[in-house]
Amino acid sequence: MAHIDNTDPLLQEITGPTPGQMLRKRVFGHQGLLIGAVVLIILLFIAIFAPLLAPHDPYAQSLMNRMEPPVFLGGTWEHPLGTDHLGRDYLSRLIYGARVSLLIGAVAALISGVIGTAMGVAAGYFGGRVDMVVTFLINVRLAMPVVLVALAVVAILGGSLQVVIVVLGLLLWDRFAVVMRASTLQVRGREYVAAARAIGASTPRVILSEIMPNIANNLIVVITLEMAHAILLEAALSFLGLGVQPPTPSWGLMVSEGKNMMLFEPWLVLIPGAVLFLLVLAINLMGDGLRDVTAPENRS
Amino acid sequence: MTRQSTQSSPVLELRNVTKTYKVKQGLFGKARPLTAVNDVSLSLPRGEVLGLVGESGCGKSTLAKILLGLEAPTHGQVLVDGEEIGAQDRLSLARRIQPIFQDPYSSLNPRKSIFDIVSLPLRVHGVGGPQDWEKQVREILDIVGLPARVMNTYPSQMSGGQRQRVAIARALIMKPEIVICDEPTSALDVSVQSQILNLLGDLRREFGLTYLFISHDLAVVEHLATRVAVMYLGRIVEEADVAGLFDHARHPYTQALLKSVLTPEPGLGVPDTQLGMAYPNPIDPPSGCQFHPRCPLATAHCKAKAPRPVPTPQGLVECHLYDTESPMFDNKAA
Ligand SMILES: Nc1ncnc2c1ncn2[C@@H]1O[C@H](COP(=O)(O)OP(=O)(O)O)[C@@H](O)[C@H]1O
Ligand SMILES: [Mg+2]
Repeated sequence: MAHIDNTDPLLQEITGPTPGQMLRKRVFGHQGLLIGAVVLIILLFIAIFAPLLAPHDPYAQSLMNRMEPPVFLGGTWEHPLGTDHLGRDYLSRLIYGARVSLLIGAVAALISGVIGTAMGVAAGYFGGRVDMVVTFLINVRLAMPVVLVALAVVAILGGSLQVVIVVLGLLLWDRFAVVMRASTLQVRGREYVAAARAIGASTPRVILSEIMPNIANNLIVVITLEMAHAILLEAALSFLGLGVQPPTPSWGLMVSEGKNMMLFEPWLVLIPGAVLFLLVLAINLMGDGLRDVTAPENRS
Repeated sequence: MTRQSTQSSPVLELRNVTKTYKVKQGLFGKARPLTAVNDVSLSLPRGEVLGLVGESGCGKSTLAKILLGLEAPTHGQVLVDGEEIGAQDRLSLARRIQPIFQDPYSSLNPRKSIFDIVSLPLRVHGVGGPQDWEKQVREILDIVGLPARVMNTYPSQMSGGQRQRVAIARALIMKPEIVICDEPTSALDVSVQSQILNLLGDLRREFGLTYLFISHDLAVVEHLATRVAVMYLGRIVEEADVAGLFDHARHPYTQALLKSVLTPEPGLGVPDTQLGMAYPNPIDPPSGCQFHPRCPLATAHCKAKAPRPVPTPQGLVECHLYDTESPMFDNKAA
């Protein structure tokens, strides 16, 4: 093309970092995010390799060795974190308990994420009647106290890992719907969406390839928040005896089983309480960090 | 551009196009109609550039969206190559008519590489395979004056002018007949504006494109347009060929716009029409001639009765001063 002046200042070298490079730089400069991610990865690793890491069978009872104290309280290395009221190795139960917590957190967040994202994106993109129906459902859901409803449902259906996961998954979609609706509303009016539609792109294509990538950062943040939420709710339900049933090793259940001995053997409650706290803290640190580093790029 | 059509038939035609939005005021307010585009009839012969000018909020972008099939008109018809756009499927309309939007910071998806953005039309229309896409993207980038290596970069790495070139490449890769340019330069630095205008002019000649060129600035339109339509509150108040409009502006509004072009830095922001009063709220349009509250020549007749479109040697004008049947007819002016 002879008519184009290639000395044009417009064509100067493009040197800025790609969005990917910028993201990488921000991730590695964010301490909270890194700490949260490292703790979470370690816990994930522990959950996956539980059978290799646990020194004992978490279900094996030994009534001879009940409530042995952890090593730092004068116990033996045979049971580094002591044993519970049935003589089961506390460290092994704790390690297997990570599986229950992470599984419930991940699957419940996945179920509620799919429901809430579908509703929120549809409401934000289509507006009108769809939006009215979704907003109504969100309000209905927000009017229901989660713990009470979960308690009632679990009381009727009986507690089990599957029931707890499904009940939490079906209850925790509200924040996904609210956040995804607002994000979609914001992105829907951008000119690149109009451009894609003018090109002839179908509605699913516009939603999946133009809108979703631009709201995924908010989705990730909500996923982490709801994972932590689900993990805490499971612990609460199990503590109340309406969650995961014994003898499954769940941290909430461990706290519950230890609570009668709390005055004499406080570590029975403090150890599972501390790891629960650590897990939720790590997830929240990561969520906050992700929100910081994926905040939309500035315009120039 | 192999579609045959006789030279005289317009490639794009609007017949009495009206778009009314329902606007809710307040939480419990009743929805009220807002007429963004009001009974617009225009026709655009192949290869011409129709400039559409008017202040911000007069309905230019709404008209553009209707032409692109993004909004349905409340009344009236839009014909592309003599075929109504409502009756065409989305893909065939998209092959004929493509947009270039105002804000290149908003018109390119920040999460996509330039290759993904420019090749999207090819992928949506299922043209060729990945090898052809790369070749075609390379070609069109060269045509709009961007080096092929930008394919792997992202919009955030580019300047406004470079981004607008990407948007132009995306609009032209399927070789459309009509390009709707909705204020393509008003978000750009003044120094870059003329480069983009020149590029658009070169591309039109090279590919025989037809443009609807929207701007709030007559000075920008003068560069490119062959005809000009002046819009006020959703109505076309004057239409003429470009020489006719700049030499014999008839409508008092057109005259005010022309005067505003002479302000120190045309192209920066909304022209100051020096009409004193602010632009009216389109929910409560003035009675009679909608321009009367700001018109220096308005009389009681203007307030009471809406003017009819009157043919002129160069086009059309909607003003009582030029209507021989109006009591205000002014022989000198006409
Ligand atoms: N989706 C919409 N809903 C309600 N009113 C709208 C909508 N889009 C545009 N309008 C109104 O229509 C009028 C014309 O807007 P627009 O076409 O964007 O003007 P321009 O492009 O000339 O600045 C404005 O008053 C605007 O508020
Ligand atoms: Mg506009």
